[in-house]
Amino acid sequence: MTAALEKLRKVALRLLQAVPTVFGILVVCFLLTRALPGDPAAYFAGDMADAESIEEVRRTMGLDQSLPMQFVSYLKDLAQGNLGMAISTGQPVTAELANRLPASLELTLGALVLSFLIAVPLGVLAATRPNTWIDHLCRFLVTAGVSLPTFFTGLALMYVFYYLLDWAPAPMGRLDLMFLPPEPITGFLTIDAIIAGDWEVLRAALAQLALPTITLALFTLAPIARMTRAAMLQAIASEFVRTARAAGLSGRRVLVTYAFRNALLPVVTTLGMVFSFVLGANVLVEKVFAWPGIGSFAVEALVVSDYAAVQGFVLSMALLFVALNLLIDVIYTLIDPRVGEEA
Amino acid sequence: MSVPLLDINRLSIDFVTRNGTVRAIDDISLAVGKGETLGIVGESGSGKSVTSYAVMRILDRAGRIAGGSIQYGGVSLHKAKERDLRDIRGREISMIFQNPRAALNPIRRIGQQVADVLIQHSQATRANAREKAIDMLRAVKIRDPEKRYEAYPYELSGGMCQRVVIAIALACKPRLLIADEPTTGLDVTTQKAVMDLIMELTREFNMSTILITHDLGLAAAYCDRLVVMEKGKVIEANGASELFHAPHEAYTRQLLQATPHRDSNVRDLLPDELRKEAISLPAQRTPGNPILSVRHLRKQFGKPGAEGSHLAVKDLSFQIREGESLGLVGESGCGKSTTSAMVMRLLDTSEGEIEFLGEDIAPVQASKFAAHPLRGKLQMVFQDPTDSLNPRWTAAQSIADPLNRLARDMDSKAREQRVVELAGLVGLPINLLNRFPHQLSGGQKARVGIARAIALQPKLLILDEPTAALDVSVQAVVLNLLEDLKHRLGMSYLFISHDLNVVRLLCDRIMVMQNGEVVEEDNASELLDNPKTDYTRSLLAAIPHPPETGKSAERASV
Amino acid sequence: MTSLTTTVSNTEIAPRSSLWRHLRHVVSENPVTGVAFLLFAMFVVLAVFGPYLVPFDPLQTDTGPALQSPSAAHWFGTDHLGRDVFSRVVVATRLDLLISVSAVAISFVLGSVMGCFAGYFGGWTDRITGRLVDTIMAFPLFVLAMGIVAAAGNTVENIVYATAIINLPFYARMARAEVSIRRNAGYVQAARLAGNSELRVLFGHIFPNTLPPMMVQISLNMGWAILNAAGLSFIGLGVQPPAPEWGIMVAEGANFIISGEWWLVIFPGLALMLAVFTFNLIGDGLRDLVDPQRRT
Repeated sequence: MTAALEKLRKVALRLLQAVPTVFGILVVCFLLTRALPGDPAAYFAGDMADAESIEEVRRTMGLDQSLPMQFVSYLKDLAQGNLGMAISTGQPVTAELANRLPASLELTLGALVLSFLIAVPLGVLAATRPNTWIDHLCRFLVTAGVSLPTFFTGLALMYVFYYLLDWAPAPMGRLDLMFLPPEPITGFLTIDAIIAGDWEVLRAALAQLALPTITLALFTLAPIARMTRAAMLQAIASEFVRTARAAGLSGRRVLVTYAFRNALLPVVTTLGMVFSFVLGANVLVEKVFAWPGIGSFAVEALVVSDYAAVQGFVLSMALLFVALNLLIDVIYTLIDPRVGEEA
Repeated sequence: MSVPLLDINRLSIDFVTRNGTVRAIDDISLAVGKGETLGIVGESGSGKSVTSYAVMRILDRAGRIAGGSIQYGGVSLHKAKERDLRDIRGREISMIFQNPRAALNPIRRIGQQVADVLIQHSQATRANAREKAIDMLRAVKIRDPEKRYEAYPYELSGGMCQRVVIAIALACKPRLLIADEPTTGLDVTTQKAVMDLIMELTREFNMSTILITHDLGLAAAYCDRLVVMEKGKVIEANGASELFHAPHEAYTRQLLQATPHRDSNVRDLLPDELRKEAISLPAQRTPGNPILSVRHLRKQFGKPGAEGSHLAVKDLSFQIREGESLGLVGESGCGKSTTSAMVMRLLDTSEGEIEFLGEDIAPVQASKFAAHPLRGKLQMVFQDPTDSLNPRWTAAQSIADPLNRLARDMDSKAREQRVVELAGLVGLPINLLNRFPHQLSGGQKARVGIARAIALQPKLLILDEPTAALDVSVQAVVLNLLEDLKHRLGMSYLFISHDLNVVRLLCDRIMVMQNGEVVEEDNASELLDNPKTDYTRSLLAAIPHPPETGKSAERASV
Repeated sequence: MTSLTTTVSNTEIAPRSSLWRHLRHVVSENPVTGVAFLLFAMFVVLAVFGPYLVPFDPLQTDTGPALQSPSAAHWFGTDHLGRDVFSRVVVATRLDLLISVSAVAISFVLGSVMGCFAGYFGGWTDRITGRLVDTIMAFPLFVLAMGIVAAAGNTVENIVYATAIINLPFYARMARAEVSIRRNAGYVQAARLAGNSELRVLFGHIFPNTLPPMMVQISLNMGWAILNAAGLSFIGLGVQPPAPEWGIMVAEGANFIISGEWWLVIFPGLALMLAVFTFNLIGDGLRDLVDPQRRT
């Protein structure tokens, strides 16, 4: 009971530690909106604005006030979910992001799950069988994987599986136009299709999802496999594994309870970096496959210099990343008894 | 001895390295009888640990058994299958390793680790494993075992961790226990407690034991028979007492000689041929005027009363006279290293005076002392010769560093000459001066460290466990070198160590420290022969004594 | 005092191997490193002399029929404007390497100085550095780079600064960790006793010893910096057409991949991949090169 309370306390403590991070993010995002070259009011007013409407924007945005005051009103706007209007679509940025977020998440999480399922067993196998074909395969994939530009992998896969083999559907969005999307409940097409029991749509959605997910997974596979292999090698060479072996524990028990659980700790830590990579690469993959997520929204906004949209995108990605990192840290706190103990 | 429990016959082990195959164990034979305690003694690289790994068949991938046999109770261990070995390990033969903290799974409760072994070898079911594990923890004298069952290794001291490792090893009452340096790195009093516990339990369970150690004194105090190994070969094997009284081989004699014991003086440690050449030490000299006076020294880490704050040194006062050697003895955490860092001006003091050559240097900030005129007069020899040399610098560069920084009046030619002269002083062959630390042996690195420390002709040299990381034969030479240098260069020493036997060899006076305070201070011989405090007595009692003093016979009968 | 000389064999003085000899040794130890060094040399040559080696002006249109597949005249084919893809790929080397080398150089210098101070002195230097690094790392790095370039202006210099900023945390953290584990090492204490000032201890004794692990970081980082810069130009930031740059070339070719004109994407993509691959491979070799313990 007290142990559970103790855990809870540690988790709460960790959540508190995210507060300054979020504050830092807000400051940086605020500074980015103010660091625009030239007159920000002119930018936010758009290309067609005349002097009068620029002044109007300046006043409504509070750009005539001091920086700290501007920051306060920036925070106020944020608290109301107001990120400004997207010029390209004429919609509020918040609404655009909310609409498109599920598409991005479906792609990102799908890729993470896929790469995890492949990379962790691969890394473990490579570490337990050094200098066999599987070890060599792992090392090759790891080095090649981090060298592959995602946008290039995506295009190459598209060429092979769409143009040459015609296995994949046309790389146009989340669902072929032939199909009607299911009732949006979670926003994840695959899950919504399952809920609706529409297997045709599920198949079609998965077909669209396949290539972008594989592209992204190929990229994130490398760091996970590399870390798993290294951590596992280190754990196997450790003295406590030697003790366990000398005590006659079964190979399974030594590998799982003693080596693998310890090896997971550094792997979980690396996940933060992997999330950073995957959220960045996500933008590129969305552009390549015309995926209607927040990444391609940002790219379109960049092309037309729609800064409010870009800033909103950066902020929401950062908050998403913080949330993911918090999740990792909480998991870590739960599996490593030492967290928060060393003075 | 009838049928031995373990019989190693003409065993050879090869290691595959990048530079080809290396024979680590070369044709060794030894046996352990039922209920017998066998000591395997050797310096680093002798192959004593590799032998035990071969018995357990836990050599790493690079090592393989190249020849010979290992028989245990009718089983040929050297060719047994992994599946069969699993039933032998932990059930029939167990092993205890050095560095107990690393030997335990850091994220698993210690009780569960004991239970794992019990369940594996069907000594317990899932239902009663907890209870039996707690019994085992109680057997190794862990206080409050029900509560400790839930503890993680990081919550326990080193000595406690070693008890848990022993509990894991003995949980299934194996018939043979291999203890590989089980007490290295532990304090002397903890060392004695752990060794006594091992001996008590193995006797109680009627087990055979192999004790692997570099410490002849320890092996002799606890073992029936001893095997001396060097470079993968067995040099000599005999009963513990016989081996001590009548060693047959020169190497054994040399090892015996180099191991400090109560009655030896520093020259006795040297092999005969070196002793003959050594300069004669001057008779007792009366020490001169005080060069260092420490008064009411205090060190507080953190704010007083705050969480994690710690009063490391409390009101410490002492004096060192010219030409005198003062020993500072204590167990880990007693504040001796903090004291030396403060005196050396590597650490700021909280309170107190450090008067050195007539000047109070305590107020000078540690970070500014590098530029102080007295910097060169106050130098230090560090504990780990490897760690104390910059890996990117050659021996000559390391020795020249203090000259380059502080000997402003010397030109580069004079400095070069001085480096060569220093190398000569410490007996470092000049052709080694261009080598990097990793190309030097431990003894050579120690010499480089000493040469660097004496480069500026210091008046006071702090020796911080200068031989703790060295093999005994190298230790013997380095201790003699330090003794010679003291007389030749007229230095005073503050010798910090946990080992009373070593301190005694070099020091005129000894100070015993505990919990940041001096508990006893006296002339070396007086303190050792007539200790006044219980703490000093317990330190002295914890030192293992070779059988020739007759004490081990008493110990065995207790 | 020769009496106390231990039984050291009188091996002859070990010569301090010259860098060149050492390089040969490192390469012979690990042939993959040799290949990596060769590839690296090739990229350097292309970056320096590329414009003088190519058969066509990379900007000149209609050097042949548009969208022609690889042939003897156009090794990598031609693009939709009839420009020679081979010439463009080769000439692009300079710009791509220049961006990533300058970005990595900036972040290495700034990051390791910050990290060194934070790791050595601790206290407020550590807190400020830590806060700064944490704030940068709180963003998905590529996304932050997008935001910076969007805010600061769409120029090549800003690509360099953005890439430098997002790489800064790696160097700062690594330098801090490597310095703080060595801060109280024996040789560092000894250096203080030898009369070295704090700064000299830090930069004369500690910092050089952190170089081997930092070298691996630099080379991995170079690869990553190239990927980043190319990624940014792929989405239309930084380098602008018609300048030859690998990311832009892939972006321009992307429209043609679904109609089967693969060479527009594959060749610049492969060049990019090979460059990143080279830097990833070269890391271990570089570490061996700067680590005296690897010298035998």
